[in-house]
Amino acid sequence: MGLSAYLAVSALLFLIGLVMVASRRNLIYVLMGLELILNAANLNLVAFNRFRPGGMEGHLDGQIGAIFVIILAAAEAAIALAIVLNIHSLFETIRPDDIDTMKD
Amino acid sequence: MGETVSFFFFAALTVGCALLALLHRNVVHSAFSLLGTLLGLAGLYVILGADFLAMTQVLIYAGGILVLIIFGLMLTPPDTNERRVGRILAAVAVVGTGALAFWEKIGGAVWHASEAAELPPPPDGTVREVGLEFLRRDSWLLPFEFASIVLLAGLVGSVYIARRRFKEEEL
Repeated sequence: MGLSAYLAVSALLFLIGLVMVASRRNLIYVLMGLELILNAANLNLVAFNRFRPGGMEGHLDGQIGAIFVIILAAAEAAIALAIVLNIHSLFETIRPDDIDTMKD
Repeated sequence: MGETVSFFFFAALTVGCALLALLHRNVVHSAFSLLGTLLGLAGLYVILGADFLAMTQVLIYAGGILVLIIFGLMLTPPDTNERRVGRILAAVAVVGTGALAFWEKIGGAVWHASEAAELPPPPDGTVREVGLEFLRRDSWLLPFEFASIVLLAGLVGSVYIARRRFKEEEL
């Protein structure tokens, strides 16, 4: 398969993730959309690394970048879920629409 | 031939499970169909010759982040069982318009430029190369160490944010 096929999969994943974030019915749902967006970016990085002119032998910068994205996604998920728990204990809800004050 | 078949299998798994996660009524089911998406992506990484990354994807995304999301679902109120179709349609309209505009501008050009010629096959395994890239001083050593600091800060920060707050009289 050519590079375009992987780019198409990645674009679809990105769009689905963006719709999940934009339709925001639940904060955790928004987080799942964010994970999809990060994964779409990762797929792009790895695909471009594979289809690098001259071959990928000895040039793995795309994969290294994807590993850093995974590291940051792990840290982001932990902190975001802590914030969601905190919001739930403060507001008794995790619907983004119902949370419109910064401080109680 | 086999590569094409496995590409279509994993691509369908990835996109199909993502669509299911988007459209499902129950948020817990959405989280579980996200598992299919993450595993399908790991399969695509194997096809692309990134075996270490595929392993990392399964371990950290499917094994770690997804469990964290399911814990978050268990600790917050149950799903109100609403789908808000109108809202999803509105989001699809907005995002679709943006995607079409993007395609008009540069997407088509990238698409046509990317029909590559013959590729050399991927190397047998990338674990050794990735490890050397991370630990060579003139390569990625410094970002690698910074990543450990970021993870430590994330760990301490999430424990601090999620701690139980006692009122003054309870102390």
